[in-house]
Amino acid sequence: MIRILSRDVALAVRAGGGFGLSLAFFLIVVVLVPFGVGPETAVLAPIAPGILWLGALLACLLSLDRVFALDREDGALDLLATAPVPLEGVALAKAGAHWLTTGLPLSLAAPFLAVLLGLPAPGHLWLAVSLLVGTPALSLIGTFGAALTVGLKRGGLLLSLLVLPLYVPTLIFGADVARRGAEGLALGPPLALLGAVTAGCVALLPFATAAALRVSLR
Amino acid sequence: MQTEMSLWSYANPTRFMATTRPLLPWLSALAAACLVVGLVWGFFFTPDDYRQGSTVKIIYLHVPSALMAINAWFMMLVASLIWLIRRHHVSALAAKAAAPVGVTMTLVALVTGAVWGSPMWGTWWAWDPRLTSFLILFLFYLGYMALWAAIEDPDTAADLTSVLCLVGSVFAVLSRYAVNFWNQGLHQGASLSLDKEENVADVFYIPLLVCIAGFVLLFVALVLARTRTEIRARRLHALQLRERMA
Amino acid sequence: MSGLVASDLAVARGGVPLLAGVSFDVAPGRALILTGRNGIGKTTLLRTLAGLQPPLAGRVAPGGERSAYGAHADGMKATLSVAENLGFWATLHGAGDIAPALAAFDLDDLRGRAAQHLSAGQRRRLGLARMLLTGRDIWLLDEPTVSLDRASVARFADAVRAHLGRGGIAVLATHVELGIEAEALDLERYRVTGATAGQGGGDIFAEGAVE
Repeated sequence: MIRILSRDVALAVRAGGGFGLSLAFFLIVVVLVPFGVGPETAVLAPIAPGILWLGALLACLLSLDRVFALDREDGALDLLATAPVPLEGVALAKAGAHWLTTGLPLSLAAPFLAVLLGLPAPGHLWLAVSLLVGTPALSLIGTFGAALTVGLKRGGLLLSLLVLPLYVPTLIFGADVARRGAEGLALGPPLALLGAVTAGCVALLPFATAAALRVSLR
Repeated sequence: MQTEMSLWSYANPTRFMATTRPLLPWLSALAAACLVVGLVWGFFFTPDDYRQGSTVKIIYLHVPSALMAINAWFMMLVASLIWLIRRHHVSALAAKAAAPVGVTMTLVALVTGAVWGSPMWGTWWAWDPRLTSFLILFLFYLGYMALWAAIEDPDTAADLTSVLCLVGSVFAVLSRYAVNFWNQGLHQGASLSLDKEENVADVFYIPLLVCIAGFVLLFVALVLARTRTEIRARRLHALQLRERMA
Repeated sequence: MSGLVASDLAVARGGVPLLAGVSFDVAPGRALILTGRNGIGKTTLLRTLAGLQPPLAGRVAPGGERSAYGAHADGMKATLSVAENLGFWATLHGAGDIAPALAAFDLDDLRGRAAQHLSAGQRRRLGLARMLLTGRDIWLLDEPTVSLDRASVARFADAVRAHLGRGGIAVLATHVELGIEAEALDLERYRVTGATAGQGGGDIFAEGAVE
């Protein structure tokens, strides 16, 4: 499992494209927002946590269709399915690799982009924390969606349609943590709920993903 | 052919077709009767509410459609589980057949909810937790139907949509609580809540029950009719395949 | 170790039944060569034997936990080197050393080269070298000799022979004469036609009266 994870990370880094692309996309989304709503900090600061969460969520979505599609094309998915590794483990490793190459860098970059949107200083830390806790759920849910659509020729758009509604709870709790952090409010409950969503996803979704993979492979 | 009879034998397509054929006209007629009686009664023979005026009468569409929007998803969940566990083809097709009916119910509930809310909120849409949840349910239906449409092989489609329905159900419940959490206290729930004691007096309640019965019957009749169509389509496909190979 | 037994197997691709009533028994140390025209279902049968898809009817024993599947899509990553690619599959299958596999397919000189810079034949040899690393005793090979030159075909035949010599089993879908002593199974007679479609996992929707 660790081996699958490290191979996927190595592939993502070496191929170049996928790795930096989601970060660049995140940056562009954040830069575009002031052009849409105006440059005043009074307007930007209150919506900054939501915009940053939304941007990170969309950036996560961008690389999802590659999670299984490349392995499917070159036959590696068949070989992984016949290897002495449970498919649930493969699913978890794939989600882990996706998180390491998108969720983690996005979380670390977010506080710097928050400066552009005038997020008050105490919010930076909590923004990063909320993303670090929440983005693993995004990767796991996305991996599940990728497993559902891996056999389809044009699955990319469908993948977004399937995955985005599933992102609702994570987005609500995550953005709420970031918002409360910026306003200096108590953020225990949403943070606990965000962690619970992620923990639940880690525990349950690999099984659903593996089930979907088995069906898609045949 | 088979001597042993059980509930599961109705899951055979041929038996299902034979059983539902005489049932369908009766169900449809009963649904139509309940809806006409319930709606006419509710719209024209109940008094206006002292607070909300005649606006309140939209409950005769809103409440039953909202109920069926959720029940349709629940039925799809049960049918998906039956398919995954017992591999009964009719079950999978019934789940497929229920989705468009469910999404229509959700849409009716959303529109009537917005219409009902507009005089109180002064706008067509407010992010009321209840309405928001139905909007999310609407998106779930869309995704489910899109996945069915995208996969060519019917058994593969049945498997994958069933898994999606299972996972989606968990997330739908989760979203409901998340939305409550997100918008708590922004709207005073009582004015729009469907709490029977507070808002719906007996004069409104009995025609409402008739309407609900009508919507349930309508749903069953529509799902049966659509399932029969799906079975015919599958049969046509199977026979064409046999023809081609001969 | 028991052999590979298929009994009354029926397979389908995309819901279309292809083969029905396929039965064979391959003893340890023996090879089976599948023949039949394109599209008859050789690949589908091999995938079923590998446990990648469930049979429409019938049984396969063992179920795939002892088999290694090798197809034209070999799962090798273009940006990883030969040694990295093989090393990954070796760890996954718990095999220690990739040196014997490199040597068997003459890949020693290429070990540092990225898979994308290999020729078609070299790439094919890399895919076949993976079979050795799986440590599985049943090899299921789909058109293994495509794009191999004559020397490489001979090298491949040697590897299969060595595998059989260790008591392994090989099922190959190929039309190339490998010089391996093997039984041949012509799939033509198992082809599902309109007349036989009702048997062996026929579609439940095609049965009964048409309404």
